[in-house]
Amino acid sequence: MLYDLATLLWVVIKITVIVIPLLITVAYMIYAERKVIGYIQLRIGPNRVGFRGLLQPFADLIKLIQKEVIVPNLSNRYLFIFAPLLSLIPAIAAWAVIPFQQFLVLANINAGVLFLFTMSSLGVYGVLIAGWASNSKYAMLGALRSAAQTISYEIAMGFALVGVLIAAGSMNLTEIVQSQKGGILHWWFVPLFPLFIVFWIAGIAETNRAPFDLAEGESEIVAGFHVEYSSVGFALFFLAEYSNMILISAIMTLVFLGGWLSPFEGVPFLQNIFYIVPGIAWFFLKIAFFLFVYLWVRATLPRYRYDQLMQLGWKVLIPVTIVWLALTATMVMLKAPIWFNH
Amino acid sequence: MKKLWLNLCHYLQSFLLIDILKGLKLTGRYFFHKKITVQFPEEQTPLSPRFRGLLALRRYPNGEERCIACKLCEAVCPALAITIESEQRKDGSRRTTRYDIDMFKCINCGLCEESCPVDSIVVTPIQHYHMDKRGQNIMTKEKLLAVGDMMEAKLANDRLQDHKYR
Repeated sequence: MLYDLATLLWVVIKITVIVIPLLITVAYMIYAERKVIGYIQLRIGPNRVGFRGLLQPFADLIKLIQKEVIVPNLSNRYLFIFAPLLSLIPAIAAWAVIPFQQFLVLANINAGVLFLFTMSSLGVYGVLIAGWASNSKYAMLGALRSAAQTISYEIAMGFALVGVLIAAGSMNLTEIVQSQKGGILHWWFVPLFPLFIVFWIAGIAETNRAPFDLAEGESEIVAGFHVEYSSVGFALFFLAEYSNMILISAIMTLVFLGGWLSPFEGVPFLQNIFYIVPGIAWFFLKIAFFLFVYLWVRATLPRYRYDQLMQLGWKVLIPVTIVWLALTATMVMLKAPIWFNH
Repeated sequence: MKKLWLNLCHYLQSFLLIDILKGLKLTGRYFFHKKITVQFPEEQTPLSPRFRGLLALRRYPNGEERCIACKLCEAVCPALAITIESEQRKDGSRRTTRYDIDMFKCINCGLCEESCPVDSIVVTPIQHYHMDKRGQNIMTKEKLLAVGDMMEAKLANDRLQDHKYR
């Protein structure tokens, strides 16, 4: 009994250690987004609150929390309040299986990839329910778009992951990273480059980010699924969106970019210099890279039209993944050198 | 054959995301450019001497007000913002007893300044002003003269710079 309690407490502590930094990262992700997009547009972004605006996210948060919670009269009250939680919880729960380093993982389960995939797809229910519960045409349209888009892109995303599963021969994320040992050329993004790109694009679409942010589409449907949300509900949606972004970046890092492995592994001289850098630093660095590209892409590309979005998903990404899946399977069967011959 | 080749090029270009990479390169370059933000309350953009802001009435160096109540500005004002009443002083000169400008009506066109034969009513470079009570939108003669007194050096300098082009 006491032992069980101690285990529970230990797990709760571990969860706190993961979730609190995650939420802070989300806060600074918002700051980084405003800064990066500002810089690209020749502005300097927020710089008034705190040193160089570093306290801006907290100012925003306090402002949002102070605002009135408005629940529309004709909405479905319970679902309306439940929806933001439903989109936030999976985004945070998914972090349970993310290994930060060799033995640094909350739950080292066998089907880690499946769990991740489930959690990242569950997020769409929050959006869908929010759109439906708001009882507003804009919210409804946004939710419908988001649902259709997520379903279409999940297929491409799933196929891209299947490629990695075939190549790595495991569903455990730690093992997938371990299978990429031996230098930058052994990371799965080299032999599975098209799958990597497809996963990347589908990941951006999955998180409803520009140029696939049709669910929000402020120029057409005001704010999409969260038009009716204010105050804490809105803040939770924000949190969910950004933690999903970080999650997708983490998944990409793990399955394609060798997780915590150093890129200088096997390079004679640099290997020794960078030996002292802990794996977790490489992991965070790679995540930061993907997050930066998220913002960079948002500042660069205009939004897709809806039919273009569907066309890209079904007629380009899925065929590409299927072709490369077949190729990967063949390479694995033939034990093609350097990647598949162990 | 040539068509096939063009087709192939097209496919290659779209599958290698060439155009997207080009766009990213452009925005990536802008990321490092010099920023052009003007930190407003501390920094301000330069103003032309011809800037048309708040209105003012000027005086002669001896302290006598310039306005002779000719009412040309009242007549020319397209927004009918100016109201003038006048009387004859004891020394025989004609002066205004009332010179009101309704700042809500004023469109800052500067026609009053152009029409003024004695350079009395002028536009100043003051652009940040506000009213927080009803009635403050009426600039009375006293207020206009006060603005003119405050800005006289600047106003004279601006008119000197611009006199060739008038």
